[in-house]
Amino acid sequence: MKRRWTLYDPRLAWMLVAPVLLLLIFFLVLPIAVMAGYTFFTFVTAGVETSALTTANWHEFLTDSYYSGFLLKTLRVGAITAALCGVLGYFPAYFIWATTFRHKWLLLLLLIVPFWISFTIRTFSWINILGEQGVINVALLKLGIINEPLPMLYNEGAVILGMLHFLLPYMILNVYVSLESIDRTLISAARSMGCTSAQAFREVTLPLSLPGLAAGLLLCFVLAAGSYVTPQLLGSGRDALFGNLIYDTIMGELNWPMGATLSIVLFIVLGLFAAVYTRYMGMSQIVKGLGG
Amino acid sequence: MPDSQGTTLHPRPVLAGAAGASAAAEANSPAVEFRDIDIAYGKFVAVRDFSLSIRKGSFVTLLGPSGCGKTTILRSIAGLVDISGGQIMIDGRRVDDVPIYKRNIGLVFQSYALFPHKNVFDNVAFGLKYRNVPKPEIARKVGKALEMVRLPGSEKKLPSQLSGGQQQRIALARAIVFEPQVLLLDEPLSALDANMREEMRVEIKKIQKETGITAIFVTHDQEEALSMSDRIVVMNAGAVEQIGTPEEVYEAPATAFVADFLGKANMLAGTVRGSDRKTAVVVLGTGQTINVACPRPLADGSKVTVVVRPQKFSVGAGASANRLTGRVVSASYLGGSAIYEIDIGGKASLRANAPITGRVLREGETVDLGFDAEGCVLLDEGGQRIS
Repeated sequence: MKRRWTLYDPRLAWMLVAPVLLLLIFFLVLPIAVMAGYTFFTFVTAGVETSALTTANWHEFLTDSYYSGFLLKTLRVGAITAALCGVLGYFPAYFIWATTFRHKWLLLLLLIVPFWISFTIRTFSWINILGEQGVINVALLKLGIINEPLPMLYNEGAVILGMLHFLLPYMILNVYVSLESIDRTLISAARSMGCTSAQAFREVTLPLSLPGLAAGLLLCFVLAAGSYVTPQLLGSGRDALFGNLIYDTIMGELNWPMGATLSIVLFIVLGLFAAVYTRYMGMSQIVKGLGG
Repeated sequence: MPDSQGTTLHPRPVLAGAAGASAAAEANSPAVEFRDIDIAYGKFVAVRDFSLSIRKGSFVTLLGPSGCGKTTILRSIAGLVDISGGQIMIDGRRVDDVPIYKRNIGLVFQSYALFPHKNVFDNVAFGLKYRNVPKPEIARKVGKALEMVRLPGSEKKLPSQLSGGQQQRIALARAIVFEPQVLLLDEPLSALDANMREEMRVEIKKIQKETGITAIFVTHDQEEALSMSDRIVVMNAGAVEQIGTPEEVYEAPATAFVADFLGKANMLAGTVRGSDRKTAVVVLGTGQTINVACPRPLADGSKVTVVVRPQKFSVGAGASANRLTGRVVSASYLGGSAIYEIDIGGKASLRANAPITGRVLREGETVDLGFDAEGCVLLDEGGQRIS
């Protein structure tokens, strides 16, 4: 006899998950697998490669310090960006959480508004602000404060600034969500036992919002280290990141096997960070979850 | 242990800036005193003209339905809510301007409010740490407090590893360990299941007695209030309805609200037909005539409400005085007694809780019920007790 379908039928669960699963397999796992396969192909000349298997690409990556230098620099820029996001993002998140303003949703909406404009256009807008003919330089020149335009664009600072601009909302939202999950009577309890509000923040609010801060840091780090549009638009050739290197290798040199190798390297490195984070934060999330 | 507590509890730790009143003023003054306080949230007045004086070492309950202002008053003592008028005195010292962290008050919340990221020891030690108590002293006091709540050895556990009842005990230990002037308990039993609740009720009362701490307890549960309190403050809509011992508020409710809120009393509306200094004859709205005790003569024709507790009714053969006849609408068997809903013709049926003698009555049966002339309270037209 055929078994009747129930709401929690495992077959039903599989059917519901199937579309996402297929999507992930065909558009994520398979392409990455193909890329991984490509790393062992032989590069002949621009745009030409053969399927003769070789470890030459990996050998080149591992021996040429040009690549590891790029990787380290990318990680450094990503870490600086993430740290700045953490410092600058915590305060607005705390403010939105703590405010007694009745229309909190409006403040949260303001965080999302930038996403309505294309990311590329938002990045371009910095050229109008920081460029030689940009608002700041023109204003300072007119005021006679400087004689020469300040070189604010096409350097690492501009790249980090552009990434901050695009990543801050992610940080603020992450911190806000974790703040919002804090039971406010904990703060009342701390205050009643002798804490000033600053001490209550240090004892209760800050430690309980750390999971959100850590999640925001990871997100910002991965997105910054994986970015390629921002350094392309706001950085000079020296400020290129690993993403730009991959782009150049594939689109410029038409060296697909090496490009694939570099892509897989970035994928593995950022994946490792995410894995380490999940392991560590997974623990404190459990503590938090059980405590709530 | 009582001797050691006697010595450790009374010289309370004095917080920075907390030493204001002279020792002489403290000795005779009530633990907590409210003088005509008003508390408003914007235009909404949560508490109006609230005055209350709480003796040292007593257990006072603020009882009322949700939204009656009882929690607001509790929070105002702690400084979590600002009062908009009047004065609050703790040990004879005005605290209106004392910030919350200098008030030296123990708080127990309905939600336990244990710090989830700190273990039991750090939770209990929290208040001591902020009173600059030396470390060995902290360890000793925490150990003693944990013993008092019968959870010794749980120092290393995280709150999440404890059951609800255990968490609430830790919260209690945390609130009393620094020997506060007042212990505030904000519905501490509401989040517990029924069995746990009764156990904790006994426990809280025991610890309060042992330590001699002044406790203010907020609840909407009349059973908790009646069983734990030295005095009960019955509140409704931001104002006090009655203040009295549990017996007083139960046996002699001052208002219709108190009569109804505590123990669902029966309210029989009627008109006075003849009265002397001790009794009154009342013709009920349903037509029956009854004799009730009355502290003073009442004018003929004045409208009154006769309040009768369900257990003051005798049902069946035992019904002699003030005999009313009705039909059983429902019967709930409770083992030792039974609760009957009896329709005597009025809008609401009467509720009687009678010991079982012989058999349990069935729905639809006609039955007599009666009550003694002294077994009731008379309310006037405005719902106030006639005295």
